[in-house]
Amino acid sequence: MPTEVIAPPKLRRIALAGNPNAGKTTLFNALTGMRQKVGNYPGVTVEKKEGQARLIDGAQATILDLPGTYSLTPKSPDEEVARDILLGLRADTPAPDAVLIVVDASNLERNLYLATQILELGLPSVIALNMVDVATAAGKTVDAGQLAHDLGCPVFPIIAVRGEGLDALRAELAGDLPIPNPPALDLPPALESARTQLARAIETDSDNAADVAVTSGPRGIALRLLCGNASAATVARVYGENVGRVLDEVRAQNKVRPAQESGPRYKMLGAVVTNALEQSGRELSQDFTDRADAILTHRVWGIVAFAAIVLLVFQSIYTFANLPMAWIEALQTHSQTFLSAHLPDGPLRDLLVDGVVAGVGAVLVFLPQILILFFFIGILEDSGYMARAAFIMDKTMGRVGLHGRSFIPLLSSFACAIPGVMATRTISSRRDRMTTILIAPLMSCSARLPVYTLMIGAFIPERYLFGFLSQRATVMFSMYVLGVVVAMAAAYVFKKTIFKGPPPALLLELPPYKVPAPRNVIVTMWERGSQFLIRAGTTIFALSVILWFALNYPKPSPSQLAAQPDDNARVALIARNSAAGTVGRFIEPTIAPLGYNWKIGVGLIGAMAAREVFVSTMGTVYSVGANTDEESKPLRQKLGEDHWPDGRPVWTTATAISILVYFVIAMQCVSTLAVVKRETNSWKWPIFMQVYMTGLAWIAAFIAFHGAKMFGL
Amino acid sequence: MTLADLNPGERARVLEIKGDDEAADRLMEMGLVEDTPIQVIKFAPMGDPMEIAVRGYHLTLRKMEAANVGVEKL
Repeated sequence: MPTEVIAPPKLRRIALAGNPNAGKTTLFNALTGMRQKVGNYPGVTVEKKEGQARLIDGAQATILDLPGTYSLTPKSPDEEVARDILLGLRADTPAPDAVLIVVDASNLERNLYLATQILELGLPSVIALNMVDVATAAGKTVDAGQLAHDLGCPVFPIIAVRGEGLDALRAELAGDLPIPNPPALDLPPALESARTQLARAIETDSDNAADVAVTSGPRGIALRLLCGNASAATVARVYGENVGRVLDEVRAQNKVRPAQESGPRYKMLGAVVTNALEQSGRELSQDFTDRADAILTHRVWGIVAFAAIVLLVFQSIYTFANLPMAWIEALQTHSQTFLSAHLPDGPLRDLLVDGVVAGVGAVLVFLPQILILFFFIGILEDSGYMARAAFIMDKTMGRVGLHGRSFIPLLSSFACAIPGVMATRTISSRRDRMTTILIAPLMSCSARLPVYTLMIGAFIPERYLFGFLSQRATVMFSMYVLGVVVAMAAAYVFKKTIFKGPPPALLLELPPYKVPAPRNVIVTMWERGSQFLIRAGTTIFALSVILWFALNYPKPSPSQLAAQPDDNARVALIARNSAAGTVGRFIEPTIAPLGYNWKIGVGLIGAMAAREVFVSTMGTVYSVGANTDEESKPLRQKLGEDHWPDGRPVWTTATAISILVYFVIAMQCVSTLAVVKRETNSWKWPIFMQVYMTGLAWIAAFIAFHGAKMFGL
Repeated sequence: MTLADLNPGERARVLEIKGDDEAADRLMEMGLVEDTPIQVIKFAPMGDPMEIAVRGYHLTLRKMEAANVGVEKL
């Protein structure tokens, strides 16, 4: 008897589209829960989010969260991805089987601008009319039935943040969605004739006759191709040679401007909105937002509140993270002790204890700070405050040619440049985004803190200036300020030279304030935390192992080791003879002008993996055992006893200041370089970053060292 | 007169968007097309950018961009 093999039905792929701030993320999280996959679209630095949604009766669907966009005429890589997917132009992502369009009921007209552009493409669609509660509070009543009638597409009122109306939506998504029948859009004559001509080509080109979108939405597709920059070659590949040719012709004939579509579309929407929207006089939510903004964007109080919020975030990153960071460190120490006790003495044990566990620990220890940072970023973003932060900071950032949106990535970089660089994705202008990426690592990240603590604790005497100002705290604070000043100067130079061009438009929506959804905040923390662990963890882990080998091999001969008086001297000899020690001695002439000897050189090599590795590497080189932390007294003493061959002490206050300045400015983080490579899709920028930052650091450390010596330090 | 010349609280009607760059396109997509009524809400603490109400929502833009929006005071 023949066995019948039933292939599991392929999951329907539904694209989730909508304006920024329409609650797209909230709906995505509500439909998919934690069953999400975050990646990147190949070739561009746009995040790809996919999730499995359980619908009804066991039916499932894959939801593809498109980047938020205001229109399908793209002006940034994100928006281009959204347009390309809906038109099936991306080779790596087939056009979706259906589209779920999120529309903010409290901001109907502008949201419908995008919604109608999508409906015209002819893909099976459904509209989720979100935030009906916010609309009601704003005195706006939307007649969903009327809207569905006028747009020719099912409309489901929902409150995504409370999960209301989602069951009906799930049931609809599980069935066969209708092809929409949106109202006709009257265009100016020139654009209209171009649209008709191209639409005819799309319809008649045999390649795609069976394609549902092509049979139902050729005019919509034609308009999107006309008002956009998609390459004719790609269009020819997807829609057929003839369509590509006609597109080229039409583009050559009359210069179509995307804006020619805006007036007529808003005119059409005016009629739709008049029919479906009832506006009463009461505006509660705008009332609340107005009252909050009376303080939060006030001339004086706005700045005070902003400073207070930034300070709170900053303070939290450092204080609340202390306890979990101590746990992670304790866990690391316990694992090391456990491994040391249970493994036989030998290279394998050393590799595991000093290389692997120490390396993994070095990464893990920053996780609490990253989570706390993204907890706050999640809350600030979801509540609507982030747009106000850009509103307040734009003028200041504008002085060095940056966008208000650059502020948050730079703030994030105080914790770690990796999430900071990842956060630049919200900046649509490439020039601005690149400038922000290039200066982000100049913010003093938490990995510099152990180095600052060691240097300041060992070489800056604790005194009180003016009776209350701690000298050590002042030096520490100065390091943060130095980083910011250098970053601003660098941004200014970049915007005048390599990223020269007109300042980008700001054009940000200031959404009404709302209570942040806990689920959104948690998902943000989860995503960023796991991305950090995977991306940074693999690099630092691998490098720690390599570095461990470089610091331990090749080993000196047993007779040389036996000749040493004690264990400490043996460790020091191993470090001197090792590959890293050899390189350290080789580079000594280039770092001697900064006041560093080869031992510090080895520390700098170690710091390439991660800056804080400097501290433990110095511990190894100065042979006080690898488990050195910055508070250990012996290391401080050993540093003071080190001398140049001519008898001068290596470590003076001037040396310490030179090292501090060097660590503020130099690029010493392979993980950041790896992330920058990913985000910019090129080795050019990480290499440029390494060269310009380290070059600047050398010059600044040179000046600091000799300046400090002139003051007799 | 342009949007940049208005004071907080003043209402106006959009007459035209000058320029033919992406910024002008985006202004129109955001709803600033001919005949749209708008109101200036306030200026940022440092005097720039500005906040306006248009089509039932609030938008912030720089004075430099606002100078490309020709308006008629209402």
